[in-house]
Amino acid sequence: MSTGPLVKTKPAEKADEFAPQEGLFSERNLRRASPYLFTLFLFVVWELGCLAFDVAEYVLPRPTQFFEILLTRAPDLWGHSVQTLYTTVLGFALGVVTGVIIGIAVGSSKLVYAAAYPLLVGFNSIPKVAIVPILVIWFGIGTVPAVITSLVISLFPVVANVATGLATTQAELEDILRALGASKWDTLVHVGLPSSLPYFFASLKISISLAFVGTVVSETIAANTGIGSMMIVASSNFDVPLVFAGLVILAVMGVALYAVFAVLEQRMTFWAQTRPDEMG
Amino acid sequence: MDAEAQSNSHLIDIDDVSLRYGVGEGSTLALAGTSFQVSEGEFISLVGPSGCGKSTIVKLVSGLMPVTGGRLTVDGQPVTGPLSIVGIAFQNPVMLPWLSTLDNVLLPLKIVRPHRDHFRQRKEEFRDRARALLKVVGLDGFEQKFPWQLSGGMRQRASLCRALIHEPRLLLLDEPFASLDAFTREELWGVLQDLWLEKKPTIIMITHELREAVYLSDKVYVMSARPGRILYERDVRFDRPRPLEITFDDAFVEVAQDLRQYIQLGRNETSAEAGP
Ligand SMILES: Nc1ncnc2c1ncn2[C@@H]1O[C@H](COP(=O)(O)OP(=O)(O)OP(=O)(O)O)[C@@H](O)[C@H]1O
Ligand SMILES: [Mg+2]
Repeated sequence: MSTGPLVKTKPAEKADEFAPQEGLFSERNLRRASPYLFTLFLFVVWELGCLAFDVAEYVLPRPTQFFEILLTRAPDLWGHSVQTLYTTVLGFALGVVTGVIIGIAVGSSKLVYAAAYPLLVGFNSIPKVAIVPILVIWFGIGTVPAVITSLVISLFPVVANVATGLATTQAELEDILRALGASKWDTLVHVGLPSSLPYFFASLKISISLAFVGTVVSETIAANTGIGSMMIVASSNFDVPLVFAGLVILAVMGVALYAVFAVLEQRMTFWAQTRPDEMG
Repeated sequence: MDAEAQSNSHLIDIDDVSLRYGVGEGSTLALAGTSFQVSEGEFISLVGPSGCGKSTIVKLVSGLMPVTGGRLTVDGQPVTGPLSIVGIAFQNPVMLPWLSTLDNVLLPLKIVRPHRDHFRQRKEEFRDRARALLKVVGLDGFEQKFPWQLSGGMRQRASLCRALIHEPRLLLLDEPFASLDAFTREELWGVLQDLWLEKKPTIIMITHELREAVYLSDKVYVMSARPGRILYERDVRFDRPRPLEITFDDAFVEVAQDLRQYIQLGRNETSAEAGP
């Protein structure tokens, strides 16, 4: 497969097929557990460091302090989390749909590609925070500007990748269809779109993370609910553990959504992955 | 010559065709002054040195590219784009990597009319047809494998099946057996001959193997080095179906030797127009 700007190249997991498959502490299991163990390790170092140097709570709270907040203020935090998640997913979904449509339009015509691509790059280089005040003027504060911000911010990677995927479709693959007298539409459906799927799914992983950024940025500027606005309020009250609790929630949601799309990508584009062993 | 009288029954008429890749400096003249005709139901082979423009002829006849000069008609009509009467096995046997071997073979039936109109209703029938074809070329058991799970020679056989599945009137086979071992290849000669005798499609086959060309074709064309044109044509008039042993007969060997001489000639010949 050809490579593109934002596309994954997953190195083959060489050791896998030869590694002995011994019990619980096999190399494979250890590697699977390693991210969790490492995260735990960092929190422990953090906790011990704060205790050892007697760091004040309002400077840097200990993990146990903000995890406690997570539990005690769970109902309140839950509401904000749901709001942020909802806004992010909605903005992201709209961004992906719009992005695919624009991407197909841009990628399937050389002329449109040449005309629109520089504009898109320029548009993308505008820091999206800068549009929030404008959105506030148009839509007031609350969910709408947050959804739009996350839409706009998650749009570009999808457009860029879908367009690139289509524009770089192997001519030989297209010729198979063209030689059968297939219409442009048939060729798009049977070759262009499927062969762009790896690009598309790679962009989803990037976009979902960006959508989060968009939502939270907008919430910190123009909203009364959501994790972003909660963190602003908490920090103005010097409730630093609560701010950190917000960060933890954002990190967990971000990783979880990323993981969903990583798994989806694996499922949908197995044929384009490097494969150390035969797929079952 | 009764060419004049026959001219109406030619399925393919290539008349003084030239093709240049690119424009201006750095362009390549692949074909110049190429002329030959193929009648409906005829099986012809094109042989010639590597890079002389054989695959280019396939791309032109299939309508994937327009000619730079001259006239090219198929079925009496100037070729302006791809035709659905054509089935091609490309020199590079690419398959769609996201489809199983079976679905790759079925692809033409999803695209070409009238098959696509009743693809859904007759899906099982079509699948059986594809399975039968795959079995004939020795790929039974690999229907559900993906292209990257096949060897190069297996992909070549699968793409041959894809060229045949919609029973096209005109078959363009670009070195269809190039990456097969001698025995599999000879087996598939038999398969192709049987198929041709049964359905009588018009076939243009490109090959580097003279035995193959002579064994299968009614007529063999030898091309010159680039820019390619027809240097020599030789009718092959052995009775059909031809047994494989015929390839050891003196008469057969004589034809192959004759062609060999001209290919040698073609390799050395550099046409006056030959440029970069
Ligand atoms: N897409 C292309 N762009 C530019 N030049 C090309 C292109 N395809 C082929 N050529 C040139 O045209 C000439 C003829 O190519 P072609 O593929 O038709 O050769 P061929 O006779 O099929 O050779 P072979 O037996 O090696 O397959 C070659 O010299 C090649 O360099
Ligand atoms: Mg060739």
